[in-house]
Amino acid sequence: MTDASINSTSTAHEAQFGDYFALLKPRVMTLVVFTAFVGLLAAPVAVHPFVGFCAILFIAVGGGASGALNMWYDADIDAVMKRTARRPIPAGKIAPQEALAIGVALSGFSVVLLGLATNWVAAGLLAFTIFFYAVVYTMWLKRWTPQNIVIGGAAGAFPPMIGWAAATGGIAVESVLMFCLTFMWTPPHFWALALFMRSDYDKAEVPMLTVTHGRPATRAHILAYTVLLAVLALALAFTDVGGPVYLAVALVLNALFLKGAFAIWRRDETAAEADNYLAERRFFKLSLLYLFAHFGAILVEAGLDRFGLGLSLGGLT
Amino acid sequence: MSFRPEHEMHTRRKGRNIGVGLVLGALIAIIFGLTYVKITSQGFQTPASATEAQG
Repeated sequence: MTDASINSTSTAHEAQFGDYFALLKPRVMTLVVFTAFVGLLAAPVAVHPFVGFCAILFIAVGGGASGALNMWYDADIDAVMKRTARRPIPAGKIAPQEALAIGVALSGFSVVLLGLATNWVAAGLLAFTIFFYAVVYTMWLKRWTPQNIVIGGAAGAFPPMIGWAAATGGIAVESVLMFCLTFMWTPPHFWALALFMRSDYDKAEVPMLTVTHGRPATRAHILAYTVLLAVLALALAFTDVGGPVYLAVALVLNALFLKGAFAIWRRDETAAEADNYLAERRFFKLSLLYLFAHFGAILVEAGLDRFGLGLSLGGLT
Repeated sequence: MSFRPEHEMHTRRKGRNIGVGLVLGALIAIIFGLTYVKITSQGFQTPASATEAQG
């Protein structure tokens, strides 16, 4: 019997390369790549472009590895939710054990290579992020507490800090505030989604705030977090990575975001069902623009700084 | 002796095998590139000269 004959069983869904790539959650990876890139470029220490490229790549692979581990553990939940039923494991394209092996291998691989390419502070932060997302969020909090989104959001918030650490070898007020920006943004973003995707989370028995504390409480939580987010987002304008461009973007988007959160808070389920959750859907769409625009503005400020056109508003650092 | 594919598995998994090949090729290029950047950077010292400098 040859090796080929051992693996020759024909399956209806032969996994292709794209299915393995889908295990790494490429859409989430876009956010990871973008925010890590901003963190790296906003840092006051210049990095060789090739080292910078590798750092972003390894951070993305690490993020992807944690996504594969999440898909391995959550395959049962994914199978019952409409949004996730077509993922490679519930779709029967990839075996759960295969996803676990890929997740573990890529985790170790990305951390070690990031450490060798940049420094061990950045590698340590990446390792902690993978651990936090795969173990603390996926295995522990997600099925246990309605605050799952709040605490789990930390995992998605680490990439700009890792990018910053890759350049500077440390942690600073700016990188912590960039972390806070994504961290505080995550709950309103996901709770708005949970409000208009209600049946999905109910079916999967994931303790979302909408299920455990009711929908009016979720609406109030969205408003509270949006207010806190606005404070942190504006604070970033007065650090070394901020400036007038960032401040202008933050003022406009936070005003719109607060307006949206206020509209969500004011209405009840009857009003929401009447227009098919229009305000919640709008808020969710705006939340996507919100994050990309804030980090985009930090990137613009970093670019202006490089050309000696940066204008710091000072204050916090 | 030819290396002609002997099994339909080879055609079935062609896309996956090409993908893995490209990933491995990219990995080699990245490690090579990183090594080149590191040893041509200004602060680079070989382990032997770093030990001598300390001693």
